[in-house]
Amino acid sequence: MVEPSEDTDLLFKALADPNRRKLLDLLHQHDGRTLGELCEHMDMTRQGVTQHLDVLEAANLVATVRRGREKLHFLNPVPLQEIYERWIAKFEKPRLKALTDMKRRLEKGNG
Amino acid sequence: MARSTYVYVTYIRTTPEKLWSALTDAEFMKQYWFGMHCESEWTAGSPWKLVSSTGAVFDAGEIVAAEPPRRLVIRWQHQNKPELKEEGPSLCTMELEAVGTAVKLSITHTIEREPSTLITAVSGGWPKILSNLKSLLETGSVVLSDPYPAQAA
Repeated sequence: MVEPSEDTDLLFKALADPNRRKLLDLLHQHDGRTLGELCEHMDMTRQGVTQHLDVLEAANLVATVRRGREKLHFLNPVPLQEIYERWIAKFEKPRLKALTDMKRRLEKGNG
Repeated sequence: MARSTYVYVTYIRTTPEKLWSALTDAEFMKQYWFGMHCESEWTAGSPWKLVSSTGAVFDAGEIVAAEPPRRLVIRWQHQNKPELKEEGPSLCTMELEAVGTAVKLSITHTIEREPSTLITAVSGGWPKILSNLKSLLETGSVVLSDPYPAQAA
């Protein structure tokens, strides 16, 4: 597998900070917010929030769109989908198959 | 005006020309879009539709703008489920921008209503389609061959 490791490093470093996870939670609740709207919910300076948003944007977890003079922030689910596919999706089928097999065995035992 | 918007961004190690071709070539599309493909002439004003592997038209509309290999805007209305169809047309904008050795693909999907079931529906689909597209272009194979692996197992 071609591992663009710098992307993965940026992603996990971005997720490692509780304030940045809070920003992602805020965007998950309501997408397309301005810096000012996000600052209202964060207990830190505007500069601090800007720095955290920059880290999230570098990791591609946040996408921004300019609308007139406003810059709107959106949660970008694509990198998280890649984590899901890489480490979770492939385990689902065998586990569900095991459960189905167990159910079948148990039900056979009862009948 | 009430509006629902979702934005999806992915960086793919490819060229804008190859990515444009991947987004507009029906046969290539089937590989990362779970068997679905789009049919269109890909010029402004031409009709557009998203067709399933069994030939059902899921979404239809027209190309609003096509500037290969940089920008594609599709007027997009769902056709299959009545509750989604009645929400009316949405606008899907795809922007391709070369960034170093990669291309930044931004997809903005907007509808002039809030909330929108269509936008909620595409929110589940786009991340899967885009990460499949990224894997296919970068490694030659897709990660997910089934959009709902849990249910299918």
